[in-house]
Formats: sequence, C-alpha cells, structure tokens
Amino acid sequence: MEIIWQGIKQAIILIFTGNREVYEILFLTLKVSGSAVFFSMLLGIPVGVLVGLNKFPLKKFIIAVINTGMGLPPVAAGLIVILFIWRSGMLGFLKLMYTPPAMVIAQVLIASPIIAGITLAAVQQIDPKLKQQVLSLGANRFQVYWILIREARLPALAAVMAGFGGIISEVGAVIMVGGNIKGETRVLTTAIVQMVRMGNFDMAIALVVILLAITFGVNFLLTLIQQKEGIGWIRRF
Amino acid sequence: MSKFRFLKIFLFFMLSVIIITTSVFAFSCKKKVKNTEIILATTTSTYDSGLLDELIPVFEEETTYKVKPIAVGTGEAIAMGERGEADVILVHSREEEDRFVEEGYGTERRDVMHNDFVIIGPEDDHSDISGLTAVEAYITISANEASFVSRGDDSGTNKKEIEIWEETGTTPQGDWYIESGQGMGETLRIADEKQAYTMTDRGTYLAQQNNLSLVVLVEGDEILFNPYRVIPVNPEKHKDININYEGAQAFVEFITGEKGQAIIKEFGVAEYGQPLFYPDVIK
Repeated sequence: MEIIWQGIKQAIILIFTGNREVYEILFLTLKVSGSAVFFSMLLGIPVGVLVGLNKFPLKKFIIAVINTGMGLPPVAAGLIVILFIWRSGMLGFLKLMYTPPAMVIAQVLIASPIIAGITLAAVQQIDPKLKQQVLSLGANRFQVYWILIREARLPALAAVMAGFGGIISEVGAVIMVGGNIKGETRVLTTAIVQMVRMGNFDMAIALVVILLAITFGVNFLLTLIQQKEGIGWIRRF
Repeated sequence: MSKFRFLKIFLFFMLSVIIITTSVFAFSCKKKVKNTEIILATTTSTYDSGLLDELIPVFEEETTYKVKPIAVGTGEAIAMGERGEADVILVHSREEEDRFVEEGYGTERRDVMHNDFVIIGPEDDHSDISGLTAVEAYITISANEASFVSRGDDSGTNKKEIEIWEETGTTPQGDWYIESGQGMGETLRIADEKQAYTMTDRGTYLAQQNNLSLVVLVEGDEILFNPYRVIPVNPEKHKDININYEGAQAFVEFITGEKGQAIIKEFGVAEYGQPLFYPDVIK
C-alpha cells in the first residue's frame, strides 16, 4: 500500500513542480491520441452513418468487417502499420517509422472501427419513419444525413469516448511503431512500461495516476455533455 | 436512389480521407528528409540501465545527428540490421555478430565495453549453487528442478544462457524452467516474485537491486564474460533503402572514442558504487 501512496504523492509533486519530462510525455500523449481520435471521427462517423442508413450489396459483410475492427488488437494494428512504413515497406520513403505520425496512423486504425461501429448501431436505432418524414418534406440526401447525424449525436459522442479511451490506454501499437523513444515517441503508456522495466516504480505509479486522471477528465466532460442535453452549444450543433 | 450511387459516394469519401491524411503526413515529414537520423537497434540491457540516456545527448550535441534508440533483444536488433531497418547496432552475442559481419550485413565490429553475467537466486540458495562455476550451477539447478527463469526471447542474455545449457549436456525442460519472453527488467522481477534462479547481466541487476531480494551466487566464471560491440549496417546490402552510413560511422567513432568511453566508465559509479559497464578502448 505504501508504494501506492508514494506514487500518488509523487504524481502530485511531478505535476505541480512542472517536471519537464512528464509534461513532454503528457503533451505528446494528448497530441497523438487527440489527433488520432479526430481523424477517426472524420473517418468513422461518416462511414457509420452511410453504412447504417443505406441498403447496398455486401452491407452485412461490411458491418461484419467493422465489428471485427472494433475488436482489433492494438498489436495487430501496430504490425499492419509497420509492414507498410518500414524502410523496406511500401511507404518506407515517407520515413514514418518511429515518428508520432506513425503512432497516429496506428491509433486511427484502432479507433475508427470503434467509432464507426458505435455510430452505425446508433443510426440504425433511429426510427426509420424519421428518414421518410424528412424526405417527404423535401430534404435532399445530405440534409437527410445531417438531420439523422444530429439525431444520433449523443451516441456518436459515446463512440468518440470509447475510441479515445481505447487508444490513450493502449501500448502495443505505439511501442511497435513509435519505438518508445525518449522525448520523441514516448507516451504515457509506453513510459509506464519503461519505468517498470527500469525498476522506477514511483514514477510508474505517478504516470498511471496522471493517465487515469486524463481519461477520467475527458470522459467526465463528455459525459456531462451527453447527460445534459440542455447545454447551449451542443444544441446549436 | 440507386444502390451504386451510395457506393460511389462512399468510395470517393474514403479515397479523399486517405489522400488528405497521407499528404498531411508526407508534408509534415518533408522538413526532416535530410538524412540526420540514425536508428540504433540495441539491447534492453544498455537501454534499461539508462546508459544510452547519458551517451546519446552528448553525441547529438557534438554532431548534427539525431539518434533513435530502439531497445529490443540482440536477436531482433541483428534482424533489424539484416533488413536495413537500423543504421547501426549495439549488441552482445559474439557468434551472431560474427555471422552478421561475415555475411556482409555489417561493415566492421568494434569492441565498446563489457561487463559480466551473474547467476542470481534466493538468499537461502536452497540448491546450494553459491561459488560453483556456471555450468556446475546449471547442472545442480536442473538436477534439483529448482525454479529457473529464462528470458526465452532470443536476446544476447538468452543466447548466453543457452550456450551454458549446451555445455551442461542437458536440455532444460519441465515446470521448473520458466520462459518469461520479456526484457531483463521484467525477468528479474518474475524471478524475484517466484524466488527463482536466473541469469542476468550485472548492469541491469545493479540498476534494479533496490527492488530485488535475489542475491548474486555465481560470478567471475570465464564463460560469463559479456562483451558489447557496435556494428554499422552495410549500405551496400540495401541499395534501395537510404541507410545513414555516415551517421552510423560517426556514432561508432563517438562511442569508441574518448568522450563516449569516459561516459561509459563513469556511468553508475555515483549511484551504485561501481561502474555498470567497463569501457574496452580506454582503461
């Protein structure tokens, strides 16, 4: 127990004394997982909506693919990405190996199926009569999508939360494609692995506390928005 | 509403997202295209001990290069060199290094530093291996079926362990022989939790000593010598890949040069009362 309290104390000290290494790791984590979740939204929400609201050949097959993707193990995502971005790989000339963009790509691969899958399930829950109604009022195709996305915005928010939670806490993919390089590609999860390896448990616990605080903070904020329909800015969305 | 209109929109959308993201990344990476990056594939023992964190900043300050150390086992580091995924490797497995250079993957091998392996175990040393030679100790452990944790990860330490088992003429197997498949740090902790015997490089053991109850039981045997060497990857083997050979050579010169060797010599002395690695070029 002692060591846990020490870790928590250490976490507080590290945060308030502005330990440079910790802040670097923290910002990189937010930058990587934040942009990954942003790109995953761009990719996942439209795919979820389009697949959910349309009938087309192979629809069931595509849904099955998305659902499989939702359970894609991070190490599998990492391996897929490194096969492409290796120096000898197809995209080797881009020199992405062991860089933050590579980590973003791997995380997008993990998060976008999660976001697409949950969005898909959400729009399928919407009463089909709504679509008929909007169409009969003379809306064009994109207006229909827009209205239905608005209708499904809360589940979509849950999708984003799930996606973010999935990638900020994963270690397998980022350690593979990022290499866990100090000051460059070391994020919270890989730093924790490294600290444990080096026997630096105080620091490891401190970083775990910080990681938990971030995921809690982000999820708390999003939950507030989700539960309080009445917040002005989201209503205007 | 035709079915295929949807598919068209869908494909168009996917394509545009892919094009936009790749071009954004390609663009953001353009700045770094000048070949100043050196990928150093090395072992967990040099990395987890913290030695590279001391060496690399000094090297980067002296030159314009940027080093990316990737900590893997010796086996994987050599494989990375063979595929051209690394520019220079710092490893500890003589036989593999010789093969690597003889097959033309590396251009030269240079001695950098050494330390030694030690066999550690629970304080009560229930199998009584203290003071034996490494081979005798392994024979005793296997005869008693005392728990022994192996790295089992094709690392330099693992290769050395297998070499010793081969000397004993027995093949370790059974419930007592645990393969962790992880780095030295994790393996030490597993051995500690299970109060098992294991073999480790002295550097990692010293760095972790505060967290461990295991003690050194066998040391000083010739077979336990643990030399590290640095090898630049041969750019001729990978003409289609841009190997940073100049950078690799600069790193080799640095780590075997006066400054690098002095850092190695001093490393760990203040904290552990003895160096974790002994430089080979200076005494």
